[in-house]
Amino acid sequence: MKAKVHVFLKPGVLDVQGKAVEQALHGLGWSGVEGVRVGKTIEFDLASADRAAAEAEVKAMCDKLLANTVIESYRVELA
Amino acid sequence: MTTSLPGSGRFNFGTTRFERDMKAAVIVFPGSNCDRDCKVAVERSTGAQVEMVWHGDTALPQGLDLIVLPGGFSYGDYLRCGAMAALSPVMAEVKAAAERGVATVGICNGFQVLCEAGLLPGALLQNERLKYVCKPVTLEITNAQTRFTSGYGGRREAVMTVGNGEGNYFADEATLDRLEGEGQVVFRYRDNPNGSARDIAGIVNARGNVLGMMPHPDRAFEAELGSADGAVLFQSALASA
Repeated sequence: MKAKVHVFLKPGVLDVQGKAVEQALHGLGWSGVEGVRVGKTIEFDLASADRAAAEAEVKAMCDKLLANTVIESYRVELA
Repeated sequence: MTTSLPGSGRFNFGTTRFERDMKAAVIVFPGSNCDRDCKVAVERSTGAQVEMVWHGDTALPQGLDLIVLPGGFSYGDYLRCGAMAALSPVMAEVKAAAERGVATVGICNGFQVLCEAGLLPGALLQNERLKYVCKPVTLEITNAQTRFTSGYGGRREAVMTVGNGEGNYFADEATLDRLEGEGQVVFRYRDNPNGSARDIAGIVNARGNVLGMMPHPDRAFEAELGSADGAVLFQSALASA
């Protein structure tokens, strides 16, 4: 099974990178852009056939290492 | 390796004399770059014997009075600053020692590691203005009653330097209120260089034996370095051990 984990700073946490990118996009003329957030994607293969078990496993990985839930939220995709 | 330095062994400062030879450890992660600075700073300011402990070690030296997590870029700041170091083998021992009450100081990257390891609340975000900040800062000694600041006496300010790109302290409002209410905010910036919440530069845990701070006392232990205010911190930590 393939797992994709998307990690972003939580909505309440100032994303300075996102803000800088947003300003740069405005500078290039895309004035309608708002709310840019810069995050990261972590992909890996998982030796698991059971979807529910895989979901629980990846969630545990996120809570323990892949995200810092004090400042970040995450979303898991399994395929 | 041991280095013989003037004043090693028993040490006198102010009216306090250590009753025995003191022992400290500096944890060395791959990518630490202030580990030697910390060793020399602790040796010269307190006379303690300082051992370097590799991150892969599974035991700490016996009888430690102080553990220092140095600054740098442990594990290349991969994933998040301090995230990988927090999981390195030696950190289980550091956690156990901290739980036994051993004085533990995390400086700069060491502060990030302590937060990632769950020994201190909150996290360090990228600096508000996206800039690596490297300069002397004036700190308010917000709580002079901690075991790390008792030596400052009636002084209200200390000067040290910061050098960080991710030194912007963040915690939710309830945590910040608790830290302030319980006297866990130890240092504040007079002129906030990185956007830290409530100007926080350093905090202690609830028990008061784990200190995390972004400014470098290890770069301020002799007047020749621009300030000797950092020496007082190491002296206080050992005087209270």
